[in-house]
This record gives sequence, C-alpha cells and structure tokens, in this order.
Amino acid sequence: MKHIRTIINKEWSEVFKNRWVITTMTMLPMLFTALPLVMLYMTGGSEVSAGIGAESSGLPSGFTAGCVGLSASDCMQIYLLNQFMLMFMMMPLMIPTTIAAYSIVGEKTTRSLEPLLATPITTIELLAGKGLAAVIPGILISYAAFGVFIIGSLLIGLSPAVIGYILGPTWIVGVLVLGPILSVIATIFAIYVSSKVSDPRVAEQLSGMVILPLMLVLFAALAGKIVINIWFMLIAIVVCLLVAFGMLHLGTVIFDRENILTKWK
Amino acid sequence: MRNMIKTQSLTKIFKIGKKEETDLVAVDDLSLEVERGEVFGFLGPNGAGKTTTVRMLTGLIRPTSGSAQVAGFELGKQDTEIRRNVGILTESPGMYERLSAEKNLTIFANLYDVPDIDKSVNKYLSMLGLWERRHDAVGSFSKGMRQKLAVARALIHEPQILFLDEPTSGLDPEAAKTVRDFVEELKTEGRTIFMTTHNLDEAERLCDRVGIFQQKLLTLDSPANLRDKMYGRRVVFHLRELQPAWVELVANIPGTGEVETVDNKLVVSLNDPEETNPEIVNALVESGAKIQFVGEIRHSLEQIYLEMVKSSESGQK
Repeated sequence: MKHIRTIINKEWSEVFKNRWVITTMTMLPMLFTALPLVMLYMTGGSEVSAGIGAESSGLPSGFTAGCVGLSASDCMQIYLLNQFMLMFMMMPLMIPTTIAAYSIVGEKTTRSLEPLLATPITTIELLAGKGLAAVIPGILISYAAFGVFIIGSLLIGLSPAVIGYILGPTWIVGVLVLGPILSVIATIFAIYVSSKVSDPRVAEQLSGMVILPLMLVLFAALAGKIVINIWFMLIAIVVCLLVAFGMLHLGTVIFDRENILTKWK
Repeated sequence: MRNMIKTQSLTKIFKIGKKEETDLVAVDDLSLEVERGEVFGFLGPNGAGKTTTVRMLTGLIRPTSGSAQVAGFELGKQDTEIRRNVGILTESPGMYERLSAEKNLTIFANLYDVPDIDKSVNKYLSMLGLWERRHDAVGSFSKGMRQKLAVARALIHEPQILFLDEPTSGLDPEAAKTVRDFVEELKTEGRTIFMTTHNLDEAERLCDRVGIFQQKLLTLDSPANLRDKMYGRRVVFHLRELQPAWVELVANIPGTGEVETVDNKLVVSLNDPEETNPEIVNALVESGAKIQFVGEIRHSLEQIYLEMVKSSESGQK
C-alpha cells in the first residue's frame, strides 16, 4: 500500500502544480452543473409548462408513458434530466482521462520512467497508483458537482416531483455507482493508451474516444430509442463491471515494462 | 560473497521485424565478473549495447539467453530483490521537474522502503551541495545540479551496487568533476560500481578494471595491464647526441627487447623497466653518452580503446 500511496501522492503533486490541468478539471464540471440548472430554470416558463400536454410536446412516446400523474412541465423536466444525467456520468470519465492519458507517456517524455521502473515497485502497484490518482479526483469532483446540482435545483424552485426524481434511484445509482465504474474503465483504457504511444497529445486524443459509447447512449435517449430508468442503470452496471474487471486483468497482463522502455521511440 | 555481478553468456536480441535476419543483437555472449568494492568501467561506442547491459543487470529488461547473478540474486527470478539492492543513474537524469529536489528524493526513498526517509534525504541533499535549493522545483536546476540529484536518488537506499550510465555525459567540466569526485568518494567507501562511459580519461582514473565492449566483450583487464598486454612497456632515453654503436650496446643488455631510434632518443621495449633501466643507464654513461632524461612512454586507454573498437569493426565487415 505504501508504494501505491507514494505513486498517488507523486501524481497529484505533479498534476496539481499545473494550473491549466486544474482549470480544465474544474471548468468542465462547473459548466456541466450550471448548464442543466439554467435549462431547467428556463423550461419553467416554457409552453410545455404552460399547459400543453406531454403527448403533444414531442417527447418520445416510450418516455411519456412513464409520465402518468405528472404535469406536462414536470414530465418535460424529467425528460431533460435524463439527458443531463449522462453529462454527470461523463464528468468522472473526462477528468481521469486527462490525468491517466499523461501518466505513462508523460514519464516517457521526461525520461523519469526508467528510474521509476528500476525501483522495487511491482507492476500492479504502479498501475493501481496511477489509476487511483486519476479516478479519485474524477469521482470526488463529480460527487461534488452532483451535490451542487441538488442544491441548485432546490434554489431554482423545481417541483417536488422533479426534485424527487433527482434524488430517486435512477439518478443516485447512475451518478454514485455507474459513474465511478465508468471512470475506472476510462482510466484503465487511458493508461493502456498512454503506455503504448509516444506523444502525450495522441494519448489524450485516443483516450478521449472512451466517451463515444456514452455519447451513443445520449443520442439514443434523445431519439427515444432507449429510456433511461433504474433497470437501464442496473443492466449498465453489470455490463460495465464485467468490462472493468476484464480490462483490469488484461491491463496487468499486457503492461510490459520492457516494451514500454524499449519500443516507444 | 566475492562477486557482486556475475554474468554467463548473457545475450540480448531485439526483434525488429518478422524475419530473423532483421533481429538486432545488442549484447552477445557476455561473461564477466565484478568483485565487491570494485569500480568496473564498461567502455564502448554509441549503440554498442552498454545501456542494454545495464538495463538487463538492473532487472529492467529480460535477457534473451544466458544467466546472471547480481548482488547474490538470480536475474529473471529475483528481479525485485535485485532492484532493491542496486542503484541506477540513468543516462538522462529523468527527474520530476515540477517537484522540489526534496520531494523527488522522498518519492524514491518511499519506493525503496528506506527506513528513515528524512535522515537519508537530508544526508544526500547536503552531501551533494543541494541543501540550499532543496525546496526549489527541479525544473529550475542546471544540468549539473540535476545530475547530482540523480546521483543522490540512485544512492538514497544505500545500494550494494551502483550502476552509472554515462555519469558525466553532457556536463560542463566543473559539474563533471563534482560527479567524478563523488564516485571516487564512493570508491573509498567500498561500494561496487559498474560504470559505462565514453570518457576514457575518467575510466582510467576511476576504474580498477575496464571492459571494452561492442556487442561482445572485446577485452577485459585493468587499464595498466591492457597497456602492457597491447604495447609492452617502453622507455625513452633522451641523449644529447646519439651514436649508432649505442643501439647495439643497449640491445645486448639482458631483458631488453626491440630498440628504436628517434632523433637523439633511444626507445627501448622492456619487460621489467625497474630492473633493467639502471643497467642501461650505467652502460650508456660508461660509453660516454650524456643522458638528459629518461621516461616511460604511456599509451593512453584511448589508444587501446580505439584500436580494439576499430579492429572489431573491421572484423565485423
């Protein structure tokens, strides 16, 4: 554990000395938190909330079926919330990707990887340290952003039904459970990419591709092809856990110290 | 344990393409022994396989074939133990530039499980003259200061064996001298040092033995023995004037080899100059020669090195 703690401490000491990384890490969650609040606040005065029925609002029929007993305004806002939830799940993906993508390739370019690999640290300790250093800030920031979002939702006067939805199982499981699992997947992928490429910019670009599946889900939800509910979340958690464990196992097997040292130029 | 490093037919081949012909033989059949407390110089041109050898011996890369014991541990089977017992100064310092000198050393002290981290970090910061700058980011350090810090990092866990890969490469003369002086100090402490270098003067001054290497080990001995093996010992007698009869006179003295003349000088090959020189001086003085001074011709390690490498290259062609 001491070696893992040392690597985490080292990564954070380096990352948090870089003002630009801190700016990137804080601006995005702020934007992803503020944008939904502004949108929800604005929909409070829209036609939908002025009394047009949910059926005629253009919302996907699969979704409106679940709006029984809700006002059209609440139904619209819950529909919007489902899309915003994906933004909250992107947060713990994007922040670790920035850190993890640089983690190995950065050490290659500064030539600090060889002295590091020459220490008695094991491959698992090294990967765990690098991975946790990326995952922890991502999860903490996304949790903090979710907290701010709840407070903001109360302040802009959302209806109890909408607040109840935000604090309901779909959001809680999505943000607090699925988000961190996605974060782990993104981090493992970014570290793997980082160990294979020689340019930090390429590492960041390639690692960013991990967000594509989530974008597909977002578009599918917008198009009404899927409905994001607790069942969707539970299935996604099982699938993502399997993927995460598979990648963890594969990551430790294919992380080859010799190749990283000798085949990166 | 007498031998701190022992290799038997150590070989490293890098796969470049799919065909065997494109494989790169970096180290071929290397067998050597380095004793405890010895400073061993590993000399060779760029691309000779020196860094690959150091990487193999520090457990960073796997040999293709052959075996080695480092600090009493078996390479390939006890690599973590090897890494725990050796220190490495890599060709490029590779420090964490945003972090302070103190933080850099503390990180490595933790990774090497050093018992009293603060004490060790402070000791090496002071010893290498970095104490005043300990809180400064390494990015603001000169090349020489970074190299000193890298030396401190290699020593922070008090390793039994120290691998120095081009320790003074790219340093200005003053910084290079500081590093050399420090290596000399480590030598007096009895540490085993395996050093690759291009600086032959440095190797001659610091190393007990040197190995000249180009994919294969071309030769291995102390610099003095290498000189004797290759050129024998030659003494030059500077005379005010030279008479042809003196050449034969000197050549007939037992223990004398070939005698050459250059201007007013007699250049004599001798097996044992300490024994034969007085006899030659006596014979010459008795014959009326006026000896201005006597000196031994010393071939530099550089001459030996260049000759070995050149003959190896022509042999490969």
